[in-house]
Amino acid sequence: MDFLAILSNAAGEILSPTTAAFALATIGLNVHFGYTGLLNFGHAAFMAIGAYAFAIFTMQVDPTATLGWPVWLSFLTAVLVAIVAAVAFALLLGIPTLRLRGDYLAIVTIAAAEIVRFTMRTSEYSAITGGSQGLRGQDYKGDVDALNPLTGSTYGFGPWAGSAYDTWIRILAWGLVIVALIIVWLLMRSPWGRVIKGIREDEDAVRSLGKNVYGYKMQALILGGVIGGLAGIMFVLPRAVQPDNFATAMTFYIWTALLLGGAATVIGPLLGSILFWVLLSFTGGLLSGLQSIGAFGDMTGTQAGQLRFVLVGLALIAIVVFRPQGILGNKKELSFHV
Amino acid sequence: MSETTTPPTTHPLVDGEVGPGCKKVDPIVIADGVVRQFGGLTAVDVEHAEIPRGAITALIGPNGAGKTTFFNLLTGFDRPNKGTWSFEGQSLAHVPSHKVARRGMVRTFQLTKSLGRLTVLQNMLLGARDQRGEGIFAALVRPLWRAQEEANIKRADSLLARFKLDTKREDYAASLSGGQRKLLEMARALMSEPTLVMLDEPMAGVNPALTQSLLDHVKGLKEDGMTVLFVEHDMHMVRHISDWVIVMAEGKIVAEGPPETIMHNQAVVDAYLGAHHDTDLGTLTNQQVAQIHGAAEDEVPIDAGAPGAEQRTPAADAQPATDADHEEGKR
Repeated sequence: MDFLAILSNAAGEILSPTTAAFALATIGLNVHFGYTGLLNFGHAAFMAIGAYAFAIFTMQVDPTATLGWPVWLSFLTAVLVAIVAAVAFALLLGIPTLRLRGDYLAIVTIAAAEIVRFTMRTSEYSAITGGSQGLRGQDYKGDVDALNPLTGSTYGFGPWAGSAYDTWIRILAWGLVIVALIIVWLLMRSPWGRVIKGIREDEDAVRSLGKNVYGYKMQALILGGVIGGLAGIMFVLPRAVQPDNFATAMTFYIWTALLLGGAATVIGPLLGSILFWVLLSFTGGLLSGLQSIGAFGDMTGTQAGQLRFVLVGLALIAIVVFRPQGILGNKKELSFHV
Repeated sequence: MSETTTPPTTHPLVDGEVGPGCKKVDPIVIADGVVRQFGGLTAVDVEHAEIPRGAITALIGPNGAGKTTFFNLLTGFDRPNKGTWSFEGQSLAHVPSHKVARRGMVRTFQLTKSLGRLTVLQNMLLGARDQRGEGIFAALVRPLWRAQEEANIKRADSLLARFKLDTKREDYAASLSGGQRKLLEMARALMSEPTLVMLDEPMAGVNPALTQSLLDHVKGLKEDGMTVLFVEHDMHMVRHISDWVIVMAEGKIVAEGPPETIMHNQAVVDAYLGAHHDTDLGTLTNQQVAQIHGAAEDEVPIDAGAPGAEQRTPAADAQPATDADHEEGKR
């Protein structure tokens, strides 16, 4: 068992583009749940919509090749298409449910997420979506790669070294995380954020003060959804588009990261995502290491690998019991249960 | 109670004769034919009601009279099956609740809705109207709303001082006592500079020490030129601060009048105590009692197996029965 390699892999997760994509998704969910109190159990669907819209637009329309657009314009247009798709999806979910009690949004989002995944999976549309095979990374990465200003072979050091493309995606993804954090911070200290937090506490009270609660909830759903859609793009840029990556497990990872870091705090989602991925990598490495030296008897490597999700579940229980406000949350704020 | 004084037939607030649904000299709210049914139950059926401007009007009635439902209908929190109502001459039918509030008709709730995980000051600031910073894009640029925010904070501070909540300014609203939350809710409603304040049971759950200051605050609203409509069970409050009382029972307005005489109104007494509450039932003679029993026996034939059926004359039958009773007693 190479303990150093396990630690190095875990440390590598701190700055990995996947962690950035997760942090972004968690920031989106924080806008939904942490600030507005919207129970969104289908956040993976926003990521799927963003990722597929981006990849399909790039592959099918491909303005660089067919229209002779400059590379940056095609890339930005593809991102814009993903944003529009996320907005449309948020409207589709929000229009029928946001006037009703919060539970309805929870039910609709969890079902909608699965509908999205199965629609992408179905062989009927495999010419466009790639069916259960998904889409190959090289088919949509061309524009991003062409935009890459980095020309060297490797950048960074130790666990954080990566190829030029890898580093470029890291810069993009973490840059987006910083922009999203700044936007959320600016919004939440403003009167808009005050209305949003008021809605989380009691929407009838806010309505009685002359605020259009439905409109605000819709704005929050769209904002968080767009951030989720961008997270989807960042999630698929270092890999391929796989429909099963956007299953319910993804949604619950995001929830775990959010609760771990502390909902309704600006930095909480970032901290939670980093910790979540470091811990997941560390426990995964440790378990397979222990399995390889025979610590689990007859258990196969795959079985041992599944154990880490047992640990994730235990960790989630432990958070909720011992630190319900998360790492950064305000104990005082949470201790009032009204 | 059988002696009822005749209520006055005229009143300075009223245009014409005093009575349920009477016309007011200067009404701020007029409701016509407002009906709200929940399945087979008609919760509210108000033919005509007018709320006088610049006065404190109490809406009273026994439990289930439809007071809160009527409140919800007027403020757009519930939709009536039919009816029209207007506020300052403008129709409010089909106007969503937040737009009703923006027009200057602000309400509070029976179960206080303070926003627990916001500070007292943030609660207050939420009440302010037409905030530029409440638009999602303007919110990003602080210079656009900073001046307005500062003016709002100043106003909130002076209101908090008036309601003696200034020491709690930075505390979470959830840490306030029940009475303080009522005060906060009222102060928050005032932040929106309403013309009509509707208070749903402002005294419910408030400790007696706070009662007097709450009454003074409500009177203060009137002195500031606002109209107040409140639902209340506490007759002390109704008598002390209201200028006009509207009584509801079973969804209808059954009486109206000034607070000094309204409790002598026969319809009000009936609504609270029942129409036959003081009917003398007299004493029944033995003959009448026997008649009632006879009639009851005719209606319900006595079962042969029923216990205590002493009419069963055959002795043979009776013997085992008493034995059985004996056995029963031993056990």
